[in-house]
Amino acid sequence: MKVLSHCLSALTLALLLTACGKRATSGSTLLNVSYDPTRELYADVNVAFANQWHTAHGTTLKIEQSHGGSGKQARAVIDGLQADVVTLALAGDIDEIARQTKLLPGDWQAKLPSHSAPYTSTIVLVVRKGNPKGIKDWGDLVKDGVQVITPNPKTSGGARWNYLAAWAWAAKEFNGDQAQILAYMTRLFKNVPVLGTGARDSTSTFAKQGKGDVLLAWENEAYLIDREFPGLADIIYPSLSILAEPPVAVVEANAAKHGCSEAARAYLEFLYTDEAQAMVAKHFYRPRKAEIAAQATLRLPELPMVSVDADFGGWAKAQATHFNDGGTFDQVIKP
Amino acid sequence: MSHRSATTESAPVRWLLITLALLVLSLFLFLPLLAVFVEALRRGTDVFFAALHSPAALSAVQLTLTAAAVSVPLNTVFGVAAAWAVTKHQFRGRALLLSLIDLPFAVSPVIAGLVWVLLFGAQGWFGPWLAEHDIQIIFELPGIILATVFVTFPFVARELIPLMEAQGSDQELAAVTLGASGWQMFRRITLPNIKWGLLYGVLLCNARAMGEFGAVSVVSGHIRGKTNTLPLHIEVLYNEYQFSAAFACATLLGLLALFTLGLKTAVEQITHQRANRRT
Repeated sequence: MKVLSHCLSALTLALLLTACGKRATSGSTLLNVSYDPTRELYADVNVAFANQWHTAHGTTLKIEQSHGGSGKQARAVIDGLQADVVTLALAGDIDEIARQTKLLPGDWQAKLPSHSAPYTSTIVLVVRKGNPKGIKDWGDLVKDGVQVITPNPKTSGGARWNYLAAWAWAAKEFNGDQAQILAYMTRLFKNVPVLGTGARDSTSTFAKQGKGDVLLAWENEAYLIDREFPGLADIIYPSLSILAEPPVAVVEANAAKHGCSEAARAYLEFLYTDEAQAMVAKHFYRPRKAEIAAQATLRLPELPMVSVDADFGGWAKAQATHFNDGGTFDQVIKP
Repeated sequence: MSHRSATTESAPVRWLLITLALLVLSLFLFLPLLAVFVEALRRGTDVFFAALHSPAALSAVQLTLTAAAVSVPLNTVFGVAAAWAVTKHQFRGRALLLSLIDLPFAVSPVIAGLVWVLLFGAQGWFGPWLAEHDIQIIFELPGIILATVFVTFPFVARELIPLMEAQGSDQELAAVTLGASGWQMFRRITLPNIKWGLLYGVLLCNARAMGEFGAVSVVSGHIRGKTNTLPLHIEVLYNEYQFSAAFACATLLGLLALFTLGLKTAVEQITHQRANRRT
């Protein structure tokens, strides 16, 4: 008995000690902390980049992935998740990391071409097959008996794009009359039965659990639903949407600590190459390179789009006005 | 009829009640379990075994087993010590200790995870010190173990306290009178008296340690093939539309539950037999 108890405590101690291990600093792994709908895209990109790295350097690079709501992921990096690169849904979330920590510089967005956004997307309306509720535009979402599925803007980046797209339409519709815009947004969120934590969460609610009439979704996520659940849904392009620019950045302090700064930078630069841009198109994002977009098997339609920088005064302002405590979203969901 | 039944209800009423109970049981317990296995095997055994063999799944299983292997022994030692202190001694703050043991049951798992982020996260109380010494707790194995230990804290103690309270301390007193040392008394008297209850508590503790989702989700960081435990891995697969693979991994947890249930029944039977033999 005594021997057993000694063995037990030794085992516990040993496990605890190994548990407190430090992360390998050999620079052979790279952690990409990303948002929800990029899972399939980065699964492809990681294989291609690891192959390229192996050819060029002769060493094996292991790329690890973590996915979740964009705001939640940014929070995790702030709390110490050892991300070497972040590939999030919106610049505001990376700004928040830069503001709360010293992990990356404030001008991170100037480090890579096209505002550090190698691909873009937009927000579309996904309806049930045949569009039984006759949804054609943002105005139809506030009709009685229409259930709208969208995640929570507090935790999800996609949800914030959804919110701003709806806001932009209302602003145009009501000539910028703040009271009428707020009234529209309030009615819209009255029709939302459940706020998921991330885009993928809401997609599951709509597609797998069959809840809701309209899903506000990333364009790429909408096409993914069509591929995974054929015959379930139709994609409706509204009269106005928003240009979503999901940005990427090296978390410089973490990458330096892990000895993988070079790999991290090369990884993000790889996203702008023809090879990666073709994957971007394959997974229904909009490539930055026009010639790649033109070659894609699926041509994504052009539509009028507002942008956060031009129409909402940048993410810092949009975040403060709409999503921080006391912002318009809090007023809209107030019971 | 020679013997009188303890119940006075007529046969139809009895049958109605039994049918109702069985109906509810099958609806709420058996049907979901069946659904897990059916979904898992929907795309054939190839997909099923491929899902269990994938590196991410194997790493999740390994992580889950490691977390349980550390937290269950820790909580066993703690549970026995706490139950011992509470039942064999009278001291000031005893009532407080009793309620503290129950705390993890009362607190939401999300909070159980967040407290560790508050303490050991990069922005937390000890964050700067840990960063200086290059020690990673949150979003790594230690954080997952801490969360698991916290959540499974009460199982062993809760199982032992009523048992030891009922047994009283007469036998221990006799042992001490006859000159037994503390360790001898524990080994020869206390442990044999509580061993089946202890085993039962350990089983429950283990089942929860392997199945815990909420608290672990907060401190995991969700790094695929690294910090995803089995329940988290199932969620990831589900969110990636790999339903068959998700349910294949869920069968592992389902089998664990069934195994635990079987062991628990066996333990209960043995305890009953021993109790009957004594009387």
